Amino acid sequence: MHDPTLDETRDPLLIAEGWMNDGRSVAVATVVETWGSAPRPVGSHLVIDEEGNFHGSVSGGCVEGAVVAEAVDIIETGKPRMLEFGVADETAWQVGLSCGGRIKVYVERLG
Amino acid sequence: MDPLSLKKINAERRARRAAILVTDLSDGRDRVVREGDAVAGELGGAVLKAFRSGRSGTVEAEGRLFFLNVHLPPPRLVVIGAVHISQALAPMAKIAGYDMEIVDPRTAFATPERFPDVRLFADWPETVLKDRPFDAYTAVAAVTHDPKIDDFALKAALDADCFYIGALGSRKTHAKRIERLAAMGASEAAIARIHSPIGLDIGASSPAEIAVAVLAEVIAAFRSRGLAQEAESRAA
Repeated sequence: MHDPTLDETRDPLLIAEGWMNDGRSVAVATVVETWGSAPRPVGSHLVIDEEGNFHGSVSGGCVEGAVVAEAVDIIETGKPRMLEFGVADETAWQVGLSCGGRIKVYVERLG
Repeated sequence: MDPLSLKKINAERRARRAAILVTDLSDGRDRVVREGDAVAGELGGAVLKAFRSGRSGTVEAEGRLFFLNVHLPPPRLVVIGAVHISQALAPMAKIAGYDMEIVDPRTAFATPERFPDVRLFADWPETVLKDRPFDAYTAVAAVTHDPKIDDFALKAALDADCFYIGALGSRKTHAKRIERLAAMGASEAAIARIHSPIGLDIGASSPAEIAVAVLAEVIAAFRSRGLAQEAESRAA
């Protein structure tokens, strides 16, 4: 049975707020655009702390590793970045989406 | 992201209110817009559209690129009456992504055996609503056929501006219901929002078919939220 209230233990934005209150440095990654068969809808979040712990997802697990690595850097510099992922062999990225879609992910520091 | 924006958007989401986190993608600045807040210009138009469709996306406005992340509360379906239609409706509503709950004070009807996977309240709507009030993201379907049970819930649904209100019954039954609701203080315009006979007219006859008709009507109402009021205000 699904409760219409938010799941405090799984909701990325609630977790981000909890981490912030604990004094941890946090980055928020958001899917802002998708083309083709993207695994997670626009608006999906992945939250990352400075140690690389994360919650949520921006893909079906294909690019999370790369986003987490970028996020740790973004937490340090404070400069937001727009990342784009497509199929692995067509982009400069080491990782990609095996489903053949493309996604744009906006990664920013909280605060 | 501004920590204050995060706190604000989470507070809105916890309170089951619709809100959009607007991020200016050129400089990363963001703010929270609540449904009904006035936003000027091109961005205002995009915000209205996003609230209606519930879809997040990137928009260009005033020569800048904005990302609108729309957070709508999950739509809730409250069914007054633990009857045969509700038994068919429960699994369908779940598949369609609507959180369904059932209220019926008749404990012989509202049994966990008859409704294994539904949030069930074997109590009067008057009592249940105290802790779980209706809101604009709630649909209410009254299907007990018993005014003692249905009427209070229908009046509460009108007062809370629920996005869908339906009531089972023939046109004759509904005519009497209109009189009773008017006596309870509901305006004519408000009463006109009640769908009765309940459900889209697809010639449904079995309880399961009626459940399909009701769910389809709920979905239609949810996806066109606010459109009727806008058309009215344009006409006025």
